[in-house]
Amino acid sequence: MNKQFNWRFKKMRFFILLLIMLLPLKVFAVDAVGVIKKSQEAFHYQGRDFKARVLMKLISKSGQERIRELAMLRKNYGASGGEQKYFMYFFQPADVKDLTFMVYKYPAKDDDRWLFVPAINMVRRIAAQDKSSSFVGSDFTYEDVSGRDIEDDTHSIVKEEKTGTRDCYVIKSAPKVQDVDYSYRLSWIDKVNFLPLKEEYYDRKGELSRVFTADEVKDVKGFPTVTKRTMKNLQSGHRTETVFTKTDYNIGLEDSLFSERFLKQPPRKWIE
Amino acid sequence: MKRLILLIVCSITLLILTPAGAEDISLHGFLQGNYSADLDRSNPDGGDFKWAEERLQLKLEADREPLRLFFKTDAFYDHVDEGADLEMREGYVDFTSSKWDLRIGRQVITWGVGDLIFINDVFPKDYEAFFSGRPMEYLKKGVDGIKMGVYPSAVSAEVIVIPFFEPNVYPDGNRFYMFDPMPAVTNREEREPSSSLDHTETALRIYRDIAGFDTSLYYYRGFFRQSAMHPDSMSSTTKMDLFYPELSVYGASAQGRALSGVLSVEAGYYDSRQDESGTDPMIANSQSKILFGYQRQIWEDFTMGLQYYAEYMHDYSEYERNIPAGFPQERKLQQLTSARVTQFLMHQTLRLSFFSFYSTSDGDYLLNPEIKYNLSDNSWAAIGGNIFGGGDEWSRFGQLEKNDNLYTQMRYEF
Repeated sequence: MNKQFNWRFKKMRFFILLLIMLLPLKVFAVDAVGVIKKSQEAFHYQGRDFKARVLMKLISKSGQERIRELAMLRKNYGASGGEQKYFMYFFQPADVKDLTFMVYKYPAKDDDRWLFVPAINMVRRIAAQDKSSSFVGSDFTYEDVSGRDIEDDTHSIVKEEKTGTRDCYVIKSAPKVQDVDYSYRLSWIDKVNFLPLKEEYYDRKGELSRVFTADEVKDVKGFPTVTKRTMKNLQSGHRTETVFTKTDYNIGLEDSLFSERFLKQPPRKWIE
Repeated sequence: MKRLILLIVCSITLLILTPAGAEDISLHGFLQGNYSADLDRSNPDGGDFKWAEERLQLKLEADREPLRLFFKTDAFYDHVDEGADLEMREGYVDFTSSKWDLRIGRQVITWGVGDLIFINDVFPKDYEAFFSGRPMEYLKKGVDGIKMGVYPSAVSAEVIVIPFFEPNVYPDGNRFYMFDPMPAVTNREEREPSSSLDHTETALRIYRDIAGFDTSLYYYRGFFRQSAMHPDSMSSTTKMDLFYPELSVYGASAQGRALSGVLSVEAGYYDSRQDESGTDPMIANSQSKILFGYQRQIWEDFTMGLQYYAEYMHDYSEYERNIPAGFPQERKLQQLTSARVTQFLMHQTLRLSFFSFYSTSDGDYLLNPEIKYNLSDNSWAAIGGNIFGGGDEWSRFGQLEKNDNLYTQMRYEF
């Protein structure tokens, strides 16, 4: 009896010890996919809908600047990672002024994209298979603008470290199929608000090719929002600086907005 | 011209009566130089330019919900005909309600899914602009009419009423060499349909999404926009009457994502109402038309578009029986293919494009290479060419064989 108790006690002690040993590890072993999911939600799916005036400066190595300025409206359909609709109206440059662009984004499927060319009053579908192609000639890709399917990559936590003053998870995401021009990316994701504060893209030779930085985070209606961001192409020396102004969430965008009717006649109340 | 003035006066009155704030009014536009030089030989009248002009466009917009006014007016100096002129490209007032809207005035309407192939887009075109190397927007002409959009939940619809007929513009005989079946008859009189109630053109488009495809049904009742000729006598013609025969069009189109690209299909039946039996060889017979298009991004910033188009003439035996001797005979089935490739470079500031038409039935072609560069956020320049050839001396592009041209377009926008 006593012997048996002793053995039980020993076993329990062992388990307690094991638990104690595991405890910090368990806290440490935050699931990488979970972090990426929360990050996607914080970065691309915040609120029911969202609007911003987006000013992009495309800056060449020699310092020459080009401007892209647009109003962007986004509405979520379903949960984070689900379908979204985007409506964009261009202010600048002059040759695309008044042009509107609409995207229906689906998880695990190609986008539907429409373009309205005001000079000939024509709405046209445009072919767009490659989500990793440049958005309006900038250093950002369509995926950088509207997010990438989480299932397309394998994710792992590499380390935890500070970037600036913020504690971050550093997550490595490698595409399962080579459908993009990088072999993997590292994301520094804020432990508190889950926004990506920095991303590094490595090319197929393992060299750093592009760097994303969130340069300003503001609270908009309680949602932490990246209002200034830069994407720098280290190989070409070209970079794109983007500033979001007039940002707002949950403004009540109607479903009907995302239609041919309003592509042709963008409603003034949303375009500012 | 009278109706134009009337429209301008009405709109300006409206604008003045509407107390709009300064931020509701915007003024934009451009300065443009556009020159197109003959590559093959001088024009029929001896000139060496198909087009040579400087142009100022002003776009005035005034917004005050539910109303919106828009004017697009061009002032230009034409060096070929040596003269300045004003042209109102568009001028309309919009009224917007939640379930419907109205646009009254001169407006550009574009229908259908074709790339430079039009079946259900029965609205006026300026082919001279297209063949002369003018910017693409000048291919489309405005119509003076009323468009009503209605948006119930199940479908959307556009209803168009055009009281004033507007024909297509074809290349000018002084600038372009073209086929003429009766060159000796110079006494020609053109008659446009008068602006009476029963000459009012009507058009309807009903559209909605079906299984991810944008689908439309179309109806049009009006006139051909290319004139037909009636000689006063078949044997000894001294005079030709040019007129615009009655036409109805029934059609449909669909466009959607398929085969890793965008697939387009469009079809239409052209009911030639003044020649139902097909016995009048001077008026086009009824026709069925179909178009297939496929567009795909091959790699980043590079897209390719292919089209196949066929035109089938009904009552062909009647046409064959009645066609006068010496007139070129059209084919029962006309086929046309097109290819377009576009490559963007330098952060989409440089665009290389190539467009071609090739008729597999007639053997004629049009080639249009172009380079466009955005010098800054406000200015761009393009240089391109139009090369025609093949086929017979009367076929669509074959007749333009001697009109090859090299064009440049330069624009500063503000």
